[in-house]
Amino acid sequence: MTAPAQVSAPLAMLAELTHRCPLACPYCSNPLQLDRRSDELDTATWVRVFQEAAALGILQIHLSGGEPAARRDLVELVAGAARAGLYTNLITSGIGLDQARLAALAEAGLDHVQLSVQGIDEPSADAVAGLAGSHRRKRAFAAMTTALGLPLTVNVVLHRGNLAALEALVEEAITLGARRIELAHAQYYGWGLINRDALMPDRASVIAARTTLDRLRAATQGRIVIDYVPPDHFALYPKPCVNGWGQQSLNVTPRGRVLPCHAAETIPGLEFWTVAEHSLDVIWRNSPAFNAYRGEDWMVEPCRSCARKAIDFGGCRCQALALTGDARNTDPVCTLSPHHLRVEALADTPLTNTTLVMRGRSAQGVEALPHDEPLADRMSPACRDRP
Amino acid sequence: MTGVAPDARPRLLRGVRLSEDRVRGGYTLLAPERVLKLKGTAVAVLTLCDGQRSFAQIVDELAQSFAADRALIERESAALLRDLAGKLMVEL
Ligand code: SF4
Ligand code: SF4
Repeated sequence: MTAPAQVSAPLAMLAELTHRCPLACPYCSNPLQLDRRSDELDTATWVRVFQEAAALGILQIHLSGGEPAARRDLVELVAGAARAGLYTNLITSGIGLDQARLAALAEAGLDHVQLSVQGIDEPSADAVAGLAGSHRRKRAFAAMTTALGLPLTVNVVLHRGNLAALEALVEEAITLGARRIELAHAQYYGWGLINRDALMPDRASVIAARTTLDRLRAATQGRIVIDYVPPDHFALYPKPCVNGWGQQSLNVTPRGRVLPCHAAETIPGLEFWTVAEHSLDVIWRNSPAFNAYRGEDWMVEPCRSCARKAIDFGGCRCQALALTGDARNTDPVCTLSPHHLRVEALADTPLTNTTLVMRGRSAQGVEALPHDEPLADRMSPACRDRP
Repeated sequence: MTGVAPDARPRLLRGVRLSEDRVRGGYTLLAPERVLKLKGTAVAVLTLCDGQRSFAQIVDELAQSFAADRALIERESAALLRDLAGKLMVEL
């Protein structure tokens, strides 16, 4: 283990309270192998972790899942995080919280609610969520949230099926009373990678979305804040992954493993420590997984001698692994990567598959949209090629 | 719009908190998915934005406690508050 160059204090923590979820979005960022309920951390452990997080310098905590409301102790957890002085953000599907429980959360000190929305109308939104009636329930949940005076963000994962509806999505968020909308393109690892053929938009649509977005930002200025996470397959340079590995944020999984990013478990050979064995402070500074890609010493060319390494940190480790077979490589999304041609080929292959594999549902439970195809065809090239 | 009306009563919107950063020092403004590190003068302005005081009162108080030029304070405070209002963190 190499000692960290210099370790700054983290700002944010994503607490994946549970992987249980009533929805089955095909781009879910949870791992393919979901943690079981019986392995989940108990209330007291989470509250201790929240206190350790605050002492370590973390300011904001995102309570997520799965669906965090699946935890019966959610109110106690929010109260514990608020007592620790953390800014608490609940990331929810809006399914499973009634008026009384939401009011109790507000009372316990919840600062902000982030509601996922899958589309603009019931049929399309419910098909992506994998639950009939979910969109209607989300609308009711948004109304409850704003009635309690809680600030609301609507977040939408963008993909081929809803990218053209950008304007309607922003209007929907304004109608729901949101102060902010987060429009983030699907990320292609885990479930998203399995479904890439059915989710990835083409280059022309991505460019058109940019123009629409600029217009919408100007038109809605002062009414709603629009945050946009572009799809990196079409960019010149990669995104600054987690703002630097082990620099600003950490994830805690339902069973207490501490990860530098939500997909880090896809990288073989990384050693993760758990909150049951160590304090958060010790894990942040010393765990091998955090130090593996901290700083710049691990980098290979072309990143090693590139001036942009302080800006994008060489991109995403998980994507480098998925597409080049080595997590240390330059993220192949970067036009300077020797593997970049593969990304271009992927981005410019016409995709016609519309079958979604829903997260966490067995093969028999897969809800097929029109044009069902055999399972093998759903695997993306990168997936089949993976060493 | 650049200025702030003298009788406006600015306040932080719910979900936006002025908070002391005990680990790194100084103060931050915590908002949905945002952490803004605040300079000393910004802390002084925002501490007074309680929805009770008028903007004119706030500027008076600041001019007094910093023994500084009122017009300058007014300009800088208005710029800060306009910026935060545009980000939907402050209501004017
Ligand atoms: S070579 Fe590496 S550091 Fe340079 S732009 Fe590409 S990913 Fe970033
Ligand atoms: S390594 Fe990749 S998957 Fe992990 S946070 Fe970074 S961008 Fe996301």
